[in-house]
Amino acid sequence: MKLTREEVQRVASLARLRFTSEDEERLSKQLDNILRYMEKLNQLDTSRIEPFTHAANTKTPMREDAITNEPNADALLANAPAQENHFFQVPKIIE
Amino acid sequence: MKYETVIGLEVHAQLLTVSKIFCGCSTKFGQAPNENTCPICTGFPGVLPVLNKKVVEFAIRAGLATHCEIARSSCLARKNYFYPDLPKGYQISQYELPICINGYIDITVNEIVKRIRLTRIHIEEDAGKNIHDLRSDSSLVDLNRAGIPLLEIVSEPDIRSAKEAGTYLRTLRSILQYLDICDGNMEEGSFRCDANVSVRPEGTTALGTKVELKNLNSFKAVEKAIEFEIRRHVETVSDGGKLVQETRLWDPDREETRSMRTKEFAHDYRYFPDPDLLPVVIDDEWIDEIRTSLPELPGTRRARLMCQYDIPAYDAELLTSRKDIADYFESALKIHRNPKAIANWITGDLFRLLKERKLDEKLYITDWPVQPDNLSAMIALIDQDKISGKIAKKVFDAMSESGRSPQEIVAEKGLEQVSDSESIEESINQVLAAFPKQVSDFRAGNQKVLGFLVGQIMKATQGKANPQKANEILKRKLAEEN
Amino acid sequence: MNLAEFTLHEAREKLRRREFSAQELTEAVFRRISETEEKLHSYITLSRDTALREAKQADELLKTDTSPHSLLGIPIAVKDNFLTSGIRTTCASKFLETFVPPYDSTTIKKLRAGGAVIIGKTNLDEFAMGSSAENSAFFVTRNPWATDRVPGGSSGGSAAAVAADQCIVGLGTDTGGSVRQPAAFCGIVGLKPTYGRVSRYGIIAFASSMDQVGPMTKDVEDCALMLEALAGHDPADSTSANLPALQYSASLTGDVKGLRIGIPKEYFVSGIQPAVQQAVRDAVRQLEKNGATIIDISLPHTDYAVAVYYIVATAEASSNLARYDGMRYGYRAGARDLTETYALSRAEGFGPEVKRRIMLGTYTLSAGYYDAYYLKAQKVRTLIKKDFDEAFKSCDAIIAPTAPTTAFKIGEKTQDPLQMYLSDIYTISVNLAGLPALSLPCGFDSEGLPIGMQIIGKHFDESTVLAIAYAYEQSTDWVKRKPDL
Repeated sequence: MKLTREEVQRVASLARLRFTSEDEERLSKQLDNILRYMEKLNQLDTSRIEPFTHAANTKTPMREDAITNEPNADALLANAPAQENHFFQVPKIIE
Repeated sequence: MKYETVIGLEVHAQLLTVSKIFCGCSTKFGQAPNENTCPICTGFPGVLPVLNKKVVEFAIRAGLATHCEIARSSCLARKNYFYPDLPKGYQISQYELPICINGYIDITVNEIVKRIRLTRIHIEEDAGKNIHDLRSDSSLVDLNRAGIPLLEIVSEPDIRSAKEAGTYLRTLRSILQYLDICDGNMEEGSFRCDANVSVRPEGTTALGTKVELKNLNSFKAVEKAIEFEIRRHVETVSDGGKLVQETRLWDPDREETRSMRTKEFAHDYRYFPDPDLLPVVIDDEWIDEIRTSLPELPGTRRARLMCQYDIPAYDAELLTSRKDIADYFESALKIHRNPKAIANWITGDLFRLLKERKLDEKLYITDWPVQPDNLSAMIALIDQDKISGKIAKKVFDAMSESGRSPQEIVAEKGLEQVSDSESIEESINQVLAAFPKQVSDFRAGNQKVLGFLVGQIMKATQGKANPQKANEILKRKLAEEN
Repeated sequence: MNLAEFTLHEAREKLRRREFSAQELTEAVFRRISETEEKLHSYITLSRDTALREAKQADELLKTDTSPHSLLGIPIAVKDNFLTSGIRTTCASKFLETFVPPYDSTTIKKLRAGGAVIIGKTNLDEFAMGSSAENSAFFVTRNPWATDRVPGGSSGGSAAAVAADQCIVGLGTDTGGSVRQPAAFCGIVGLKPTYGRVSRYGIIAFASSMDQVGPMTKDVEDCALMLEALAGHDPADSTSANLPALQYSASLTGDVKGLRIGIPKEYFVSGIQPAVQQAVRDAVRQLEKNGATIIDISLPHTDYAVAVYYIVATAEASSNLARYDGMRYGYRAGARDLTETYALSRAEGFGPEVKRRIMLGTYTLSAGYYDAYYLKAQKVRTLIKKDFDEAFKSCDAIIAPTAPTTAFKIGEKTQDPLQMYLSDIYTISVNLAGLPALSLPCGFDSEGLPIGMQIIGKHFDESTVLAIAYAYEQSTDWVKRKPDL
């Protein structure tokens, strides 16, 4: 099998996801299956091809340096799971 | 065995734009928590970034000032990782195609000029701030800082000592300040530095194990931390030990570096070009426009001041350490041309005053305690023999209190020096008459008593007597009366 | 006549002529919803009070405005991945189940400014990831033509709502076919405009380089009117095209004489349901009768599209969904520390398909795999785009089936994710290349399930796509058929 359990765990850790053992097993197989399918891209020679860029614009638009936002901390904090004195309250970060 | 130190420095400079890099929030410091935020910089669903043109302009300025190649097309990339102060779960930065590459900064250490090459300069957004809650089970996040534009400036590992590192940082900071793009305040976090340190036996070219140093919050900390690390590396290697490639934090209280608790895995940032943003395209016209409007840089200005005004390197260095000081100096010179005297008064009395009044904490001072034209006018009065150097000190102090011109103060307080021989002679006669003992002491050979007599003459004339004239006349009188 | 059954162009005309009020129209729609929602489950949130208030305001404006906005007073169903200020926006995810945004997406802002009436937020596959609406965390929407079948996805809720007259027009988003395929399954018209034609600001992002807002309507004229209202440059979206919106309804002349239509041979191979193939070929013949020239073309890299899509889209998605971390909004699990909070909030807040795609995307971007997967896929994407560039040298539009089959049964394809992905084969290339494409009904299979035909156009040439669609529509009766609810 191409995709090992360890790999799945490494990727899950990077993505901040957690799976049960069965889910991990199932996911391993599914992802492996999908990744094998992706291998067909290797049939194509892309050595002289540039990666895709969009037709719509060729360069990123830039805006003037100006304050256009009116502060509204209350509105932004309204959906916060926890807040204190206008700070977002989160589980302790251990440095 | 002698060891050589190899140091590379990575600086993050907060840019002095009015708004953030990808949204129209204010960058103003010191606001209430989450006051300067919007859905974009707080990573709400559905939001999209739009690049601030000034940020690119500032990056080009920095690149031109450090002789970099400016990329005509550079790419903004996502750096993916999870942290509560990183609202989108990725930082928009630059990876493969940064805006500036292959530059250099020349530094002067022990009067020798050394070139430190720059690998790259790129633009990115800052993260928010985590603050530890009084409670032990939570932290507080303020996202005002999230989205503030940063320049990341990476040097090649050309630096060879803590002193060179300190000089490099001071020189770089000065350049950024002159360019008006960063206020360079290390203590407040607008100018941050991480160091990469390794050692190798002198004469070899292979690089030793590299250690990254963080939490360097002042120039002193940078120098001390590097010195500590060099010692630690050399000791370890000399004893046959192995160094771990890791990140270490500087502890300013214990004055040592400590290993950061290593994560379970190395960071895998999964960089890829940000699909919400397209290439940053810069044309030659814009670069030329910026190039022609670049201010004179500190190094150039220092050399010019030395040459144009014939002042020594040391003074020139002090005068150009800050752009506002250099501007002050040249403003003053417009009124009265005595560069040496003006330089002395600036680096002496003016600096003292600025420090006392904590004005030196500002990026660019405009409300000087003594305006440059007043200082200059005062020096002109000295040069015209209208006041003595000692009286000038009084005038200077008075100017710093009231802001009035030296002429006004001199007139008001009647401080004008007396140079007229007749009135001086009259005062001298009075003094000689009042102190016969000292006169005979002098004639008996006691040279020291001259100072006393001069002192009395100054007292009698409220310090206004022209000291040279007074001396001259006194000596003549003492010699002739017999 | 049930007012809810009107099209946009009909309702707009009648509102102007005061045959009924906007409030009456909105009430009729809500009545229809209450009659049919039990069977269909199209809506996650109904905003009745807001809607009636908006309708009332519209009535006030209709009294005085001589040339009102085309959407004034018109009830709209909005897919629940559009941010609507003050109205819960869930993205069909447990993660955002209680999230009420404090701002509107640009599209909603525009429509609200035009006086449109937002009926509610429709169901979708969670985070727009899916082709059946079965990945919703809340419930599965039913196909109005056969309630044991899927409406398609991810814009299944909007498709069902339009087909069942639970609104006058609907809004969806299309990343890999999510407007076109449900439109085909539900027998309505769905358009994916050119990438950059409509602003993405305020749409919960799935794959940033492919997401586009698309109207879902009862007929082609409605679609053109909607596009007129939606298209345009948005300075808040850096990928938004700096091109003015056109008067798309003006291209609905019914005349296709001289237009060259390409039929890609790769789209008519095995795996396609015979009825679908037959219906599309018949439709092409109809257009030929109308005066269009039919030519054979080739899109040689078609077979690689699914692989490219599922690498690029999931990579972008894995990054776009990192902000759902439970720190500032959304679901937060109870946990001991920061790492666990992240892991549990996301594990519990996201459904299996979302997690699967995040894993896939994270993997293909991770160290050592970027070149082999992401970079490679982006290069093959260029090849796919070049196929279209080449094809469009000899034709003005391309016609193909929208989906290989008609609506499948609920639960039929949920076993193997790869099988589900492969069913996107006809729609996906269009998103990869950023082209405009529309699906409209072209027949029914023996079970009475709608079949959709897809018309693909050149960049920013929605006019030609709409023109061909209109001409075909007017030559047939499909648009008159309604599901029997």
